[in-house]
Amino acid sequence: MTQETVEKVVIFFAGDSGDGIQLAGSQFTNTAALYGNDLSTFPDFPAEIRAPQGTLAGVSGFQISFGSTEIFTPGDECDVLVVMNVAALKANLKRLKKGGAIIVNTDGFDKRNLRLAGFEDGENPLSDNSLSDYRVSEMNVTKLTRECLVDITLGVKEKDRCKNMFVLGFVYWMYNRTLEHTIEFLTQKFKSKPEVLEANIKVLKAGYNFADTCEISSSRFEVKPAKMSSGTYRNIMGNQATAIGLIAASQQSGLDLFYGSYPITPASDILHELAKHKNFGVKSFQAEDEIAAVSAAIGAAFGGALGVTATSGPGVALKGEAIGLAFMLELPIVIVNVQRGGPSTGLPTKTEQADLLQAMYGRNGEAPIPVVSASTPSDCFEASFEACRIAIEHMTPVFFLSDGYIANGAEPWMYPQTKDLKDISVPITTKTEDYLPYKRDEKLVREWAIPGTAGLEHRLGGLEKEAETGNVSYDSDNHEYMVKIRAEKVERIAEFIPLQKVDSGEVKGKVLVLAWGSTYGAVKTAVKELLADGFSVSHAHLRYINPLPKNLVELLSGFDKVLIPEINNGQLIKIIRDKYLIDAIPLNKIKGTPFEAREIKNRIKELHDGK
Amino acid sequence: MENKEYTAKDFSSDQEVRWCPGCGDYSILKQVQSVMPEIGVDKEDIVFISGIGCSSRFPYYMNTYGMHSIHGRATAIASGLKAARPDLSVWIITGDGDSLSIGGNHLIHLLRRNFDTNILLFNNQIYGLTKGQYSPTSEKGKKTKSTPMGSIDHPFNPLALCMGADATFIARTMDRDPKHMREMLKLSNDHKGSSLLEIYQNCNVFNDGAFFGMTDKATKMNQTLFLEDGEPLLFGENKSKGIKLDGFKPIVVSMEDTSADDLWIHDEKDRVKAGLLTRFFDDEMPRPFGVFYSEDRMLYEDALVGQIEEAKELKGKGNLDNLLKGSNTWSID
Ligand SMILES: Cc1ncc(C[n+]2csc(CCOP(=O)(O)OP(=O)(O)O)c2C)c(N)n1
Ligand code: SF4
Ligand SMILES: [Mg+2]
Repeated sequence: MTQETVEKVVIFFAGDSGDGIQLAGSQFTNTAALYGNDLSTFPDFPAEIRAPQGTLAGVSGFQISFGSTEIFTPGDECDVLVVMNVAALKANLKRLKKGGAIIVNTDGFDKRNLRLAGFEDGENPLSDNSLSDYRVSEMNVTKLTRECLVDITLGVKEKDRCKNMFVLGFVYWMYNRTLEHTIEFLTQKFKSKPEVLEANIKVLKAGYNFADTCEISSSRFEVKPAKMSSGTYRNIMGNQATAIGLIAASQQSGLDLFYGSYPITPASDILHELAKHKNFGVKSFQAEDEIAAVSAAIGAAFGGALGVTATSGPGVALKGEAIGLAFMLELPIVIVNVQRGGPSTGLPTKTEQADLLQAMYGRNGEAPIPVVSASTPSDCFEASFEACRIAIEHMTPVFFLSDGYIANGAEPWMYPQTKDLKDISVPITTKTEDYLPYKRDEKLVREWAIPGTAGLEHRLGGLEKEAETGNVSYDSDNHEYMVKIRAEKVERIAEFIPLQKVDSGEVKGKVLVLAWGSTYGAVKTAVKELLADGFSVSHAHLRYINPLPKNLVELLSGFDKVLIPEINNGQLIKIIRDKYLIDAIPLNKIKGTPFEAREIKNRIKELHDGK
Repeated sequence: MENKEYTAKDFSSDQEVRWCPGCGDYSILKQVQSVMPEIGVDKEDIVFISGIGCSSRFPYYMNTYGMHSIHGRATAIASGLKAARPDLSVWIITGDGDSLSIGGNHLIHLLRRNFDTNILLFNNQIYGLTKGQYSPTSEKGKKTKSTPMGSIDHPFNPLALCMGADATFIARTMDRDPKHMREMLKLSNDHKGSSLLEIYQNCNVFNDGAFFGMTDKATKMNQTLFLEDGEPLLFGENKSKGIKLDGFKPIVVSMEDTSADDLWIHDEKDRVKAGLLTRFFDDEMPRPFGVFYSEDRMLYEDALVGQIEEAKELKGKGNLDNLLKGSNTWSID
């Protein structure tokens, strides 16, 4: 047996959606994180909860990249592919590097599974040499699992549910990991089911020991802890970070958090997470639909709470009219859009950045709304906090854009402490002298008078309002004035957000990659590698898309070419071209999957070489 | 806070009222303004939320907190407000189109959740603001601009719908009977839970006389039935007619040959009978007014606050630093 030290490994776990792949993946993630590796993960769910077993449509996957170096993406190509059945192999073999390892559950390659995965009679990838470019470790996981549980009285079905622990144990051995964290997790999870707990632990250990003793796996790898900046870390998923960001904003502003939402993939986990934290005074409200969810948030904001609603693209379409109302009322609400593949129901479990223009323009009338976006799972914390800060301090609805990729992805997070967080100043007033509902301060922000305050009784509404008094007004000059002043108010937020920084590279050069949202990791990886190779390239990543940072125009002018990669058919590029009249170059991918770093790298190289 | 002494005038805003002359909405506004001083709530703790429609202009005329929102969503906005601020007295103003067409979904969900709010449903059986199309409560065959050959829609029976949504307070009144309306407004306010008060309101421009038979001197005695808790169902000239139950079938009897003891005695707490009463909806039976049904049930906002208190007790008041930290951390120096 050899023991090899490697810098970075990408593993892809795949199986039927009932095989417990996501659990195995997230357990491996936690263990790697606690060991000190840098990492990035990407779950790949099928659209149906339990698609027909054994079919390609039913394959669920989980990709993790971990290493002793900095990791920004879940990886382009995999080193190891763990497959529970032949469909999982067929669907994911293209991800595997030549020479990579495949860990196979042979039980998932029987006649039935082969037929379900679309193989002709007699065809079997395990026996026809088609895998000769890879290192294949075969084991009958089902049989081994059942054998190890002969003394346990659980039913066969329940025993088979432990299969994921066998492969997890096997992979733990391959990467020299302890079982301790997973055992701890299982002990918590199955507190009230001692038999199930015992079975899971037994099988986990069996998988580990099997790898240790059997002949099939000849190599073991060491992936040292990463040299990350010093500090204390935790592992975090995007939706979780968003939920915590909202709670933090509630605490820093002293406002109660009201969260209205209607379940939709991939945003529901924010609702689940917030519902767990009622001890922070969070009022989570599962509404009857998205219109009710945003309307309830507006009602709560009128009452002096921080009103938040989250959804995905189809839900935002429903919320449009109410968001326009919030804009007219100038009340602080935050609309979270965890984007997914569109249009319509589109690709609900896949990722896309195709709702940016919807956030920017998707309302009737002139209704510009600030847009803040998150770039990585942990960045969802700061970005959602910022969305709340802007909403409250500037009395406006704000869009916060995340997407399926970062919402479900995970990474280590050097989490902040409360004392490091910004304060949020709240424009609530109780002063009765000269109060007018639409009188504005120098930021053009109106005061927030909430019910219960004697002497400040007033009426708001969606009809055009007279400047200052807020009374209904159909006067044409007043309307034009109000449209302009509301737009100017949003523009002025640029004075209260940070200037745009360059993430990697110089502030001047040949090519600038200007990106936003979840493309961060891929762009960063591409640009860093090219910088190391001596290319003149830089990366700037936008968090604030409306308004854009004040210095962006100057930054853009420092480069010969500006490349804008997006997981859509070109949306940020429309905004940038419109605003700065520059001939930015698009790079678009619309496959429901994130960019691979090499795709971005190739395009930068071409541009750099004048192509 | 100490309750202040108010008069109706204190509840009138400085905005000019802009309904058509003769519109039934005026009468409702007047009664609401006159009832407000009697409900024992400080003005600043009262909020009126409306949707869109002629009726929904209402909050502009009330000198309280208010919001004229978007079509059909007043109920949803009020739900969020009440969840955030259980201390407020929240009134919802809505029309038959606003609450039963575009906003039907939010209405039934508010009712089943039982937020402590008062819904005043101005039913004029027409879309007033959009100039006279038929509404979900317009009768079949109604000729309007959008139904020149007569409406082919089966109309909603609003109170039966609300019974079906498990509303905890259901009542009906009309614009032409200010005294009864005041009483119903007060009872709606007194009820802990969602109160639904349907108000028959005459739109004299697009649907004049929709409730003529129930308001005209010559016919109203025979076409209306005023419900009183614990009292027999009597109507007609000099209360000469009564209603009796034959199994579940209501029948009209003459009081000349029936004893009041044999009549249906109204019981606001009886859900089954309330259901039957909401079905007095055709020309054969007089139309009931008053409180059909009233029930005490857990308020949504109380349960919501209750869970927060329980969570605080169980886990302690939330500590942000602990939340940021999570359960597993590691350090790199
Ligand atoms: C989203 C939307 N759709 C349509 C309208 C147009 N609209 C305004 S009021 C109304 C109907 C009002 O009828 P009702 O609720 O019965 O109120 P009324 O005017 O009769 O008091 C309609 C269709 C609107 N304002 N918003
Ligand atoms: S149109 Fe009808 S409901 Fe509207 S204000 Fe005029 S009379 Fe009243
Ligand atoms: Mg109407």
